[in-house]
Amino acid sequence: MYQAFLIKYGEIGVKGKNRHIFEDTLVSQVGNALKPVDGEFTVRKENGRIYAQAQGDYDYDEAVEALSSVFGIVGFCPVVLIEDEGFEKLAEAVIDYAASEFPQSERSFTFKVVTRRARKNYPMDSMEVSAAIGERLLDAYPALSVDVHNPQVTIHIEIRNKINIYSKTIPGPGGMPVGTAGRAMLLLSGGIDSPAAGYMIAKRGVKIDAVYFHAPPYTSDRAKQKVIDLARIVAKYAGPIRLHIINFTQIQLYIYDKCPHDQLTIIMRRYMMKLAEHFAREDEDLGLITGESIGQVASQTMQSMAVTNEVCTMPVYRPLVGFDKQDIVDIALKIGTYETSILPYEDCCTIFVAKHPVTKPNLKSIHKSETHLAEKIDAMMQEAVDTAETIRVEYS
Amino acid sequence: MEAYLDNSATTRCSQRVLQIVHKTMDIDYGNPSSLHKKGMESEKYVKNAAACIAKTLKVSEKEIYFTSGGTESNNLAVIGAAMANRRSGRRLVTTQIEHPSVQNAMAFLEGQGFEIIALPVDGSGRLSLDALRGAVNHETILVSIMQVNNEVGSVQPLKEASDIIHEQNPKTLIHVDAVQSYGKMHIRPKKLGIDMLSASGHKIHAPKGVGFLYIKEKTKIKPILFGGGQQLGLRSGTHNVPGIAALGEAACEAYENIEAKIEHMYSLRDRLITGLSQMEGTVINGSLGHDSAPHIVNASVTGIRSEVLLHALEERDIYVSAGSACSSHKQTASGTLLAMHIDPALLESAVRFSFSSHTQESEIDYTISALEEIIPRLRRYARF
Repeated sequence: MYQAFLIKYGEIGVKGKNRHIFEDTLVSQVGNALKPVDGEFTVRKENGRIYAQAQGDYDYDEAVEALSSVFGIVGFCPVVLIEDEGFEKLAEAVIDYAASEFPQSERSFTFKVVTRRARKNYPMDSMEVSAAIGERLLDAYPALSVDVHNPQVTIHIEIRNKINIYSKTIPGPGGMPVGTAGRAMLLLSGGIDSPAAGYMIAKRGVKIDAVYFHAPPYTSDRAKQKVIDLARIVAKYAGPIRLHIINFTQIQLYIYDKCPHDQLTIIMRRYMMKLAEHFAREDEDLGLITGESIGQVASQTMQSMAVTNEVCTMPVYRPLVGFDKQDIVDIALKIGTYETSILPYEDCCTIFVAKHPVTKPNLKSIHKSETHLAEKIDAMMQEAVDTAETIRVEYS
Repeated sequence: MEAYLDNSATTRCSQRVLQIVHKTMDIDYGNPSSLHKKGMESEKYVKNAAACIAKTLKVSEKEIYFTSGGTESNNLAVIGAAMANRRSGRRLVTTQIEHPSVQNAMAFLEGQGFEIIALPVDGSGRLSLDALRGAVNHETILVSIMQVNNEVGSVQPLKEASDIIHEQNPKTLIHVDAVQSYGKMHIRPKKLGIDMLSASGHKIHAPKGVGFLYIKEKTKIKPILFGGGQQLGLRSGTHNVPGIAALGEAACEAYENIEAKIEHMYSLRDRLITGLSQMEGTVINGSLGHDSAPHIVNASVTGIRSEVLLHALEERDIYVSAGSACSSHKQTASGTLLAMHIDPALLESAVRFSFSSHTQESEIDYTISALEEIIPRLRRYARF
């Protein structure tokens, strides 16, 4: 029924000179999202809006699903396109449109017609068109009534080269087109939080790279596959992700051997952040991303995060820092990562979780413990870097 | 070097099996129910398979029914028998260490109004005969017992059990889950006085997805699958000719020279147990002697989590089964080991080694030396 989608975007409309960069990126991302969809689409800018027009038949549900994951889209309207063959034809088309769009049982709403003429040579002016079409609709469907102040349905008619008819707006995810804000490195684990954090930063237009730390034989290949699957889901929104898989076993065991057990997690996290920064610099990322949230676990108290953060020289973005667990779960459910996150393949063997981990670590004490690692830690870090596996994860 | 020591989980198909599967898919691919020659040709495979299997059990080929595997055979036996005989009583007796396909079929029946008694076992996984005597009464329509337990390899005293059951109630049906025992020892259903016996293809070098149920003639059971009426209506569905042919071939092959094969597996078992006993802090779960099945060794390596040891062995291309999986949310320990009241510390670290007649001594030696290196290394990082 619909030949095109009219795409509405938000913040990027006010960016002045950079507006066209944002728009072009959005056009490109819409194109990417629609590529795997059954059907051919052309995406173009026209008069300050973006259209995705179908060339022939296409899978409507797939297209809607695809557009619902493109950051930068505030909403999109399925549009009926007709040639301008005079007012009568237009009226007929609107009446047919109303019939298909609103089933008989619902055809008793209040409405108004809003007409826009991009082509000033159309014989009737906007108000005249709205009024005339409104009248025709009332004739055809007596149960309708007009309310120009607070209508339940607004029928839009836009007169351009073709005439656009639409009334429904499907919400998009909001945010900014991916690629307009730079790149960042996500510390990805198999948990609920980190994929959600990746999504939230990607939503602001940031391309995502990721690191995952595994420790065979303490962690299994299934746990690793779970993380790859999570990255694949985040890639649906963020575009292809470069995932670095780092073997952390040697370092983990060394810290276990040389440092007090209640500091194990904190010290491990410090080294993970250092390694993440190394890869971030290589990938030209502008910051790190974690799923940390204040007080969620011992390593995420403010004191702990301060100690962990101390090793970082680039900004760390923690989009979930003020969220409750339930809020984070809601995001994970919304973006489709929750079911995968709760699969029982642990990415950190519980052997390496102290029974009573420190919740308010003292930086001096941590530094002192880390001096015990001086002998081999640099060589181990280098080996972890050298033996890392990098794969490109795409949504399919 | 590779050591596949997880044969109780599944086995590799043998060459003879591969060949017959190929033939039934590429050359004699007809439907046994078809009236024409192609149907007849493929029906021959089914008949031959039934004949082979019947011979290994010394029963009639008419008493062999083909299913999609051990689970379906167990379901058919338990639920089919319960439904057909519900007028004779409502009690079903089993043990606490049965496979989930028996336990869950029983749970389903409990929801349908049957009474389920699950008998306890002792520290080596053996059923208490006294408890059995106490549980079987005039209301008991079925007793289901597995012959060899899949976790520790304990063998149930089936003849004694069967005698006791018949003493208490001559009408009670006896079902034996022989999934772990078929192909590893001689089984004589007629001598044992049992009415139904389940077996699975992929435990004896046939493919996954096929098994059989021996049903003694004149046993009343109802089908659980409805359809075209194949296999006397007891198991509808087009015959899985490739699977059935494979199963028949594998059954025949398994019982060729079985005494030598059993001896071989016991020697592997003894060798592994000796090797393990020399390592500090290892405990064998279940019995050490030849009263246990020849192909299973369950050992706890104290201080090391099952799954961690499994992955460490995996790094050396040695494949085993873990008694409990790693999950910080909940410890998923084996039901059987729990029922044997094994010490919880041992539960967390239980690992199962299981061989086939194809397993070599060199694989055992390789595994032992790998363990000698791995165990002290992993023990340093015990949970504190």
